[in-house]
Amino acid sequence: MIGLTHYLVISAALFSLGIMAVLTRKNAVNVLMGIELILNSANINLVAFSKFSSANLDGQIFAIFIIVIAAGEVAVALAIVLSMYRLIKSVNLDQAGTLKG
Amino acid sequence: MEANLLSQIVFYAFAAVTVVSAAIVVFARSLIYCAFSLLFTFFGVAVLYVYLGADFLAATQVVIYVGGILILLLFGVMLTHKLHDLDLKAETFQFVPGLLIALAVFATLLLVVFRTAWHSAGPRAMQPTTAQIGDLFMKDFILPFEVASVFLLVALIGAAMIVRRKPR
Repeated sequence: MIGLTHYLVISAALFSLGIMAVLTRKNAVNVLMGIELILNSANINLVAFSKFSSANLDGQIFAIFIIVIAAGEVAVALAIVLSMYRLIKSVNLDQAGTLKG
Repeated sequence: MEANLLSQIVFYAFAAVTVVSAAIVVFARSLIYCAFSLLFTFFGVAVLYVYLGADFLAATQVVIYVGGILILLLFGVMLTHKLHDLDLKAETFQFVPGLLIALAVFATLLLVVFRTAWHSAGPRAMQPTTAQIGDLFMKDFILPFEVASVFLLVALIGAAMIVRRKPR
């Protein structure tokens, strides 16, 4: 029988893969993909707890709000990436060191 | 019993698709591979939502993540590279420290998942959720719903303002 822990393990795997992408990737768009993985893993957790540990749908509502915020976040982040590309002709994060002392 | 076994096999297959394609997103050498395996990750998560009895959320996942966010990310990949260098390398740095930290996070999460006695109310029966979710949005969650709409408007205007070319 598929229980709560199955979903928690999948979500833990997605979360650590997302952390890995955020920490090791050079390309800013690739880091954004890692952030999407992290948000998806949080969503799986919320929906799983909503099914197995509670009697109402609050977890699913929360997951919908996370999807809304992810959509807004990716739009603003891509705008920032585009203007960064316009400014330094690159999206590699190690070259965006203008503020470095 | 037969149907139960089949549904378990399908669950494990889609769980494997989700995790493996997420791993491809993290480890692939080409940005295009990353973007397209992210597609399979999102679909796999939508299937997991179906298994969790969240039909509305599964449809939302497909429409918003696959139809919106993934397209935006692909636009981002295409717009930030010159058209003549088509190799689109996805470079990494600090690979070993990042791997160690990710493994440590994974081990900690697994420890927590298996050590904790999670509160269980018994799985909820499968039933359509769309009507209930609409009800909740219009009654209990009306204020967050409105705030989310304003947030989306602000995010869109902000994104348009950031990428706008400044008049010289």
